[in-house]
Formats: sequence, C-alpha cells, structure tokens
Amino acid sequence: MSLSGAEAQETVLTQSEEARGGLVRDAFRRLRRSPQAIVGATLVLLFVLVAVFAPLLAPYSPTAQDLSQVRPGQFPGPSAEHLLGLDQLGRDELSRIIYGARYSLIIGVVSVTIGATVGMALGLLAGAFGGWVDGLVMRAADIMLAVPSLLLAIGIAALLGRSITSVMIAIGVVNIPVFARLLRGAMLSQRESDYALASRSLGVTKGRVVLKHVFPNSLAPVIVQATLALATAITEAAGLAFLGLGSPDPSIPEWGRMLAETNAYLASEPLLALWPGLAIVISVLGFYLLGEALREALDPKLRR
Amino acid sequence: MLRFAARRVLLLVPILIGLSILVFLFVRALPGGPETALLGENATPERVAQVRELYGLDRPVYEQYVSYVQSVLSLDFGTSITTRQPVVEEIARRFPGTVELTVTAMIIAVAVGIPLGFVAARRYGSWVDNLSTAGSLLGIAIPVFALGYLLKYFFAIKLGWFPTQGREGSLMFRNEHPTGFYVLDGIVTGNPEAAVDALRHLILPALALATIPLAFITRITRASVLEVTGEDYVRTAEAKGMTRSVITRRHILRNAMLPIVTVVGLQTGLLLSGAVLTETVFAFDGIGRFLAQAVFARDFPVIQAGILFLAVIFVLVNLLVDLSYGLLDPRVRTR
Repeated sequence: MSLSGAEAQETVLTQSEEARGGLVRDAFRRLRRSPQAIVGATLVLLFVLVAVFAPLLAPYSPTAQDLSQVRPGQFPGPSAEHLLGLDQLGRDELSRIIYGARYSLIIGVVSVTIGATVGMALGLLAGAFGGWVDGLVMRAADIMLAVPSLLLAIGIAALLGRSITSVMIAIGVVNIPVFARLLRGAMLSQRESDYALASRSLGVTKGRVVLKHVFPNSLAPVIVQATLALATAITEAAGLAFLGLGSPDPSIPEWGRMLAETNAYLASEPLLALWPGLAIVISVLGFYLLGEALREALDPKLRR
Repeated sequence: MLRFAARRVLLLVPILIGLSILVFLFVRALPGGPETALLGENATPERVAQVRELYGLDRPVYEQYVSYVQSVLSLDFGTSITTRQPVVEEIARRFPGTVELTVTAMIIAVAVGIPLGFVAARRYGSWVDNLSTAGSLLGIAIPVFALGYLLKYFFAIKLGWFPTQGREGSLMFRNEHPTGFYVLDGIVTGNPEAAVDALRHLILPALALATIPLAFITRITRASVLEVTGEDYVRTAEAKGMTRSVITRRHILRNAMLPIVTVVGLQTGLLLSGAVLTETVFAFDGIGRFLAQAVFARDFPVIQAGILFLAVIFVLVNLLVDLSYGLLDPRVRTR
C-alpha cells in the first residue's frame, strides 16, 4: 500500500468536500440565472425588510385609533393620509399590514426552526442507528402524518391556549415528522454511496463517517424543505389566527385575524379583506418560488 | 390482488392504534386534565371529583386507555360542552355536508386539473402551459379563506349569482332531509327546486376549497405526462405507427396516472382541513365549521372526536388510493 491510512482518509475527505463545495457553487450559479429564483428572492427580501424595518416604514402606530373618521359600518377608504384606508376601529390599515409582516415572519421562522431542529435530530438518530430506533421514529412520524397538518396544528394550538407561542409550537410540531423523514431518507441513500463506503473501508469509525460525510451531504433536501415549510407556516399561522387561535390581544395585527374581522364588513368594505389576503399571497409566493428554485438548483441530477 | 389488498389493510392497524393513543394523550395533556375537557374551565371541585370517579380518571393510565378504546369502538365520544348533545350525533348530522363539499371540490379539481395539466404538457412552453403554471402557483399561495372572501364578495354580494352562506335558502325550511346530503335529498324527495338550491349553496365554498388540490393536480399531471412522453415505449409506439389517440390513452395517460392518483389521495387531507376554514367563511354547516366553533369554545370532546374522525377518513381515503394502484399498475400487486 503506497498511501498510509491517514493520507488516504484525507484524500477521501477532501474529495467529498470538494464535491460539496462544487455543488453549492454550482447551485448558486444556477440560482442567479433562474427567473423563478430571482422573483422569489426579491419577494422574500421585500417581506423580510418590511418586517425588520416596520417601525420606520409604517406611517402610523398599528394601534393608534382615529375614531373621528369612523362610523358604524362605514370607514373611509384609501386616501392620501391613509393609503389603504382605516379599519373598523379607525386604525391605519397600511401600518397594520406592515407590522403584521413581523408576526408572520417571526412565527414562520421560529416554527420552522423548531420543526427542523427536532425533526433533524430524530432523523439523524434514525438514519445513523437504523434498527429499532429507526423503526420507532418512523412509525411515530407515520402516525403524525396520518393527521392532516392543519388539523393537527389546530388541535395542538387549541390545547396550548390562545397565544402566539402556541401557534409557533403547533406549526413547529407539525413540521417535525416531515424533516425527520426527509433527513433519514437522504442519509440512507448517502450511507450507501461510494465515498461513505470508501471511508468505512479505510477504517474511519461509523460515527465519524455519519457526522463528517453522510450528514452534511444529506442537507440539501432539508434546506429546500425549510424554505417551502416557511411558505406553509405563514399560511397555517394565518389560518390559525383566522380561527381565533392566535394572540388573544386584539391590538396585535395578525393578517389572518385581520381577514376574519372583515367578515362583518365585507359588503361595504371589501378592500379591507383584500389587503391582508394580498400580503399573505405575496409572502407565501416568495418562499414557495425560492424553495422550488432551490430544489432545482440543488438537484444533482440536473448538474452539468 | 386479494393478498395485496389484505396486506395493505393490515398495515392500517398500527396507524389506527397510534392515532388512538395520540388522541387519547391529547386530552390528558390539557392543563387541568380531561376533567377540564369534559366540564369546561369553571367547574366546581365537587363536580370534578364526581367526574373523575365516573370516568375512571383515578385508575391507572393503561386501564383508562383500554376503556377509551372501548368507548370509541362503541362510538361513544362523550357530550359536547356547548350543545349538550352526544358528540357522535352532532358529527353524524354534519358529516354529509362536509362530504358534499369536499367531493364537489375534488370533482372540480380533477375535472379541471387533469385536462389542464395534460394540455400544458402536450403544448410545453405555449401560452396554455405558462398560464397553467402561473395559475397553479397562485392557487398554492392564496389561502382558502382569503379566496373564499373574494368569491363571496364578487359572486354573492356584488353579482348576487350565489347565496352568501349556509347550506340551503331560508325558504327551504320545509324540505325533508332523509339522507342529510341536501342535493341528493332534493332529488330523492322529488323536489328539484331544493336540489338546485342546495347545489347553488355548494358552488362558491367548493370553488374556494378546490383551488389547492387543483393547483397540485395540474402541476403533477403536467410533470407526469412530460416524463412519460419522453419514455422509450412511447417512441416505440410512435415508430410502430400507432395513432396518436391510442398512444395517449394506452401509453401516456395510463402510466402517468399513478402519481396523479397519489396526489389526489394526499390532497384529501388538505381538503378536510381546508373545510374547517371554508365552512367558516361561508357559514356552511359541516364538521369543519363545527370544529372551528369547538376550538373557539374550547369544547374538547368535540375537538378530540372531530380530529380523530377526520384523520380516520384521511387514512381510509389513502387506503383506497393505495388499493387503486393495484388496479392501475399490475407491477404493484406482485410487490
């Protein structure tokens, strides 16, 4: 043997890392050329900027009321002072939409983080150990996936009581089995790959192969799923708020609740239902387009 | 085929047991325990103690689970806190409405989505293709309740073509409902007017609900047809000089069907949860709206039974989908 074990191990290591670096660079190059990715990223960026700089962008406080202009069942529509008009309590609609982006973003990011970390930890255990650990984790995931996701989230949020925290936990828990299954599946296929086999045959310990090679190489589908899960999380959070499961504080501008509140005024003030709906569509569309573009860019089958 | 079906049905058993454990633990995880679920949050300590003994909540957990399964199997889900009626009766009364709504939505989604996806794939890159791609993106992004309001405003309030809410008109209170499926009831009782009225109440909520499955079905049909069209056997069939319609029917559509059927099955879950939102927007008296009201009132016996019930329906629909694979694709049967 001309190469010592350690040297050979290093070669395998750099090769697998090179392949990964290549894939990332390749994916980035393809993303920049995809119109879908550019539109998605722009919408996401817009959404995040609005959420972060809400206090600077909003013309009024989201809770300030101008009751002088509001009559029962009739509120002034869009004007130069209030671009999107006033809501049923005389609050500036535009400011509420802008501040609403904060809640959507926070709920989305926190819930997907909960789902992804717990799910990945479980998937890692299942994928690394196999056997009964794998069986247990996967059967539990099957059972959770047997309940339609929004229903499961409704159940959990109802159980925890009305608060933004329970919405985040509910949507996070719903995401756990999805991420667990995904990472485990990706790891199983990576475990059989040539580079993992090569490292094993060179005497690298099983744990090290899993952590250093198999796990990092299985992350691509997880990143894609996380982006798409953000889109779903925003819709589901809006749905839960619509059902009255968001924050109990009526001054908090959640898009879903704002929509639910317009029900009584739909005939006279249809625009008040349009704005929060539009805000949800734009943010969801951004994450969805970006996620789909990432999926295509990270797909090794499409690599040239 | 019979062995395939039997094995697939057996696989259901662990899922159903798991579901029952999940729902059993659900109420026990409630702060204040199942007593709160049964009595509401303002019960007196005496009443709580009474209920604990009555329902055996002082016994070990596994005994409680066994008796829970027994009561579920005998369809005893307790009494609704808000309506004071047995939960199973409340659900049974509203179930036909939800079935009418979800089936209508699925029919719309399949009837529009499959042809649209097919045409988009066959005319790859054309304006039909681009329009269907853009449309399905919008369909995925728009929440069903926002679309519900939009449809309600334009087609019910502005144009007045459809009623704004409910399952039947206020003048229809004399209608008989032998089956609970209002459209069917109108036909069965020889009252076409009532059938048309019920159908008019169905259209808008069904359209709102149909958008999500429609978007996914269109996308998957397009992708699936595109993939199959590139297969060698399609080229062989063309080389043999088979007519285009035969190739489409026997080779492309049949092979493209498998992923489409899978998506249709999975979408039922979205339809059932979407029904909670859509039925609320249109005040449509089905299980979804009942569940939404129960969530608002913290009526836990109803939430528990409603979620279990809808989850079991979802599992059973996917069983049917799996069984239909066997019919569509002979290769699946032998596996």
